[in-house]
Amino acid sequence: MLLDSVVATVPWSLGGRSDMRIYVEGIGLLGPGLNGWTNSIPLLRRSGGWKMTPLCVPDPVSLPAVERRRAGQAVRLALAVGFEAHANAQRDPSMTETVFTSSGGDSPSLHTNCEALAGANPEVSPTRFHNSVHNAPAGYWGIASQSREPSTSLCAFDASFAVGLLFSAIHVLIDHRLVALIAYDVPYLEPINHVRPIISAFATSLLLVHEKTDHAIACLDIMRMDGEKCSSLPVMDTDMTTLSLGTPAGRSLPLLVAIASGAPMTVEIEELPEHHLEIQVSAC
Amino acid sequence: MKPLVLTHVSLVNSLGPGIKATLDALQEKRGGLVRCDFHSSELETWVGQVPGVDAIRLPSFLSDHECRNNRLALLGIEQDGFAGGIQSAKNRYGRNRIGLFLGTSTSGLEETEWAYRHRNPDSGALPAGYCYSGTQNTYSLGSFVKKILDLDGPTVVISSSCASTAKVFVEASRMIESGLCDAAVVGGADSLCLTTLYGFQSLGLLSKSPCRPFDADRDGISIGEGSGFALLEKSLPDSNPSDIRLLGVGESSDAYHMSSPHPTGLGAVMAMRRALESSGLAACDIDYIHLHGTATKANDASEDKAIVTLFGKVTPCSSTKGWTGHGLGISGITNAIVAMLCIQFQFMPGSLNTSLLDPSLQSGYLMETRTNPVNHVMSNAFGFGGCNCSLVFGRKV
Repeated sequence: MLLDSVVATVPWSLGGRSDMRIYVEGIGLLGPGLNGWTNSIPLLRRSGGWKMTPLCVPDPVSLPAVERRRAGQAVRLALAVGFEAHANAQRDPSMTETVFTSSGGDSPSLHTNCEALAGANPEVSPTRFHNSVHNAPAGYWGIASQSREPSTSLCAFDASFAVGLLFSAIHVLIDHRLVALIAYDVPYLEPINHVRPIISAFATSLLLVHEKTDHAIACLDIMRMDGEKCSSLPVMDTDMTTLSLGTPAGRSLPLLVAIASGAPMTVEIEELPEHHLEIQVSAC
Repeated sequence: MKPLVLTHVSLVNSLGPGIKATLDALQEKRGGLVRCDFHSSELETWVGQVPGVDAIRLPSFLSDHECRNNRLALLGIEQDGFAGGIQSAKNRYGRNRIGLFLGTSTSGLEETEWAYRHRNPDSGALPAGYCYSGTQNTYSLGSFVKKILDLDGPTVVISSSCASTAKVFVEASRMIESGLCDAAVVGGADSLCLTTLYGFQSLGLLSKSPCRPFDADRDGISIGEGSGFALLEKSLPDSNPSDIRLLGVGESSDAYHMSSPHPTGLGAVMAMRRALESSGLAACDIDYIHLHGTATKANDASEDKAIVTLFGKVTPCSSTKGWTGHGLGISGITNAIVAMLCIQFQFMPGSLNTSLLDPSLQSGYLMETRTNPVNHVMSNAFGFGGCNCSLVFGRKV
C-alpha cells in the first residue's frame, strides 16, 4: 500500500530527480507574423506588438532540385525551422537526432489523395503518396541535412508538441545526444478543414542538449503532471493565445514567450487527457 | 541496453487471429495472401487481408473511434490472453506506470476515403457521422488502445512508415530506463486502404502475384494488414530464463531518397551495427536474421548488401512477407514476434513463393525452413524516408 501511494503521488523520477532538466541551444520559428526566432523575440516579449500577418515560407534551398520541387508547405516549414535552430546554435545538422511531431503531417496531400481516389478512375500521384506519409518531412530533412542519425515522427493530436517535447527530453537525457525537436502543422483543405480546423501553418524547432553548454540559451525543468490544463501564459495577448490554441504546434508559444522574455517563468502546456507538462524556464 | 522481457504478446494478420495461427502457417508453409478485391479495386495484385474485420464493432463508449484500423487493434488485444496480461500488469504496477507506445502508418485513413466517397453533392461536406479525431488522426490508435486497456502512462503514436512498430521498442526502452514508467505496451495496427494500394501501384512497387522475396523475378510487395502487441517489462533476477528478451536496438536514417533505400544498404548497416552494440553481441552471435525483405527489386538488393557487409554470406536470413504480405506500419512488431517464435520453437522459416533465388544476392538466404538452435535473432524494419530500425531478441544472457 505504501509503495502504491508513493507511486501515485510522485509523477516520476529520473536519476533521482523529480524532474527533467534539459537545455535549449537553438530555436527556429515560423508562424503568421513570426518570421524566424531572432526576428520574433521582440514581438514575443512585448504583449500586443504582434500582428497575425500572412506566413512567409522560404524555399528549401538545402534540398536538391527534384526534392525541392516536390516539397509541400509542411516540409518547407519543418526544414526551415530545423535549419534555423541549428544555425542559431552554430551546430552541424548532420550530427543531430531528430524528433518530428505533428498532428496531421502534410495535410493537404490527404485531401488530394482522397479526392483522387473517390473519383470514377481512382489514382494517386506517386509524389502525393510519399508526401502523405507522416514521416515525409523527416525523410526530406535527412536528404537536406545529410544526417544519418535516427529520426522519429510522432503524433498526439492536440498534445503533439507536449508529447514531442517529453520524448525529445527522454532522448536527450538517456542517450546524451543532441536532439532537434521539430513541431509543425499546416491547415487542411476543405472539406476536412471543417472537421479539423487548424487556423494557420505554424512550426518551431528546439535544439536540445542534456548539459549546459556554451551555446545554451535556456534551461527547462520539465515535469509531467496529473490534471488537464490548457497551454497558457498570463503575459500572452489574446490574439497570440488564439493562435496558440488554434494550431497544435502553436501550443509551444507559451514556452517560446517564456524563453524570449529571458526572465524565470513557469509555463503549462497541455498534454494528453488528464495530464499537462509544467516547465520552469530560466535563461542561461 | 538493459534487457526487457516480452511477457505477453498477441498477433493478428491474414494467417489468422492469434500467435498460433502464424506459428502453424509458418511451419506448414501455408500463406495468407489472396487476390485483391478490396473495395472492388481493379488492381491486379494480392493482399494479406484479415477476414471479417468489417463485422467487428468497437464497444459503444468508443464508437467515435470506429474504423478498420481500430477494429484490427481490438481484434489483436482480444487474442492470446493479452488483455488479461495487461490487467494483471496494471494490478502490479498501477495504470499510470505502464506506458503505451504504438505505431501505425495508415491509422483510420480508410474511413476518410469512405467519407470522401460520400460527400454532400451540393456542399461537398463530409458525412455527419465522420469523426476525424477518432479515426483519421494518427493518434486515434493511441487514444483507442489507451481507453480500451485503461492505461495512463506516457502515450505516443509513432508514424515512421514501415519502421513505426520497430521504433516503438526503442522509445519504450528509453522511457522505462528514465523511470517514467515500469512497463510498456508496444505494438500497433495497420489496415488496408485504397491510398496504400494505389500509392504503391503508382510507384511501380506492387506485385502482380503473391510477393516473392529475394526471387530473381520478384516484382514488388503484396500489402498486408493486422495488429500486434507486446508487454515489455524489466528483466529481473527472478525472471523466467526461458522468456524472450529485447537485447538491443539500433536506428539510423538513409539521408538518400524518399521512397528508395540506399543502394548499398548504408543506413541498414548502421542500424544493425548499433543494435549489435546495444546488445553487447557480435555479428557471429546472431543465429538468424529476420529480414524486412519486402520483395521489391531495390529493397531486397539493398538489405542483402547490408547483411553481407555486416554478417558475411553465411548467417541464415529470410523474409516472411510471402506469408503475410507487407504489413507496412506493423512490419516491426510482426517481425519481432516472429523472431520471438523462432527462438521459442527453435526454427528458422524459409521463404514462401520464392522459386528461384536471385543469383545476384549473396547473403545466406533460407529457401527452406530449418530446425536448429536459435538463441539470438536480429529483426529488421525499414521504411519510407530512409528510416531504419533493427532489434535484437534472445534468451537470458
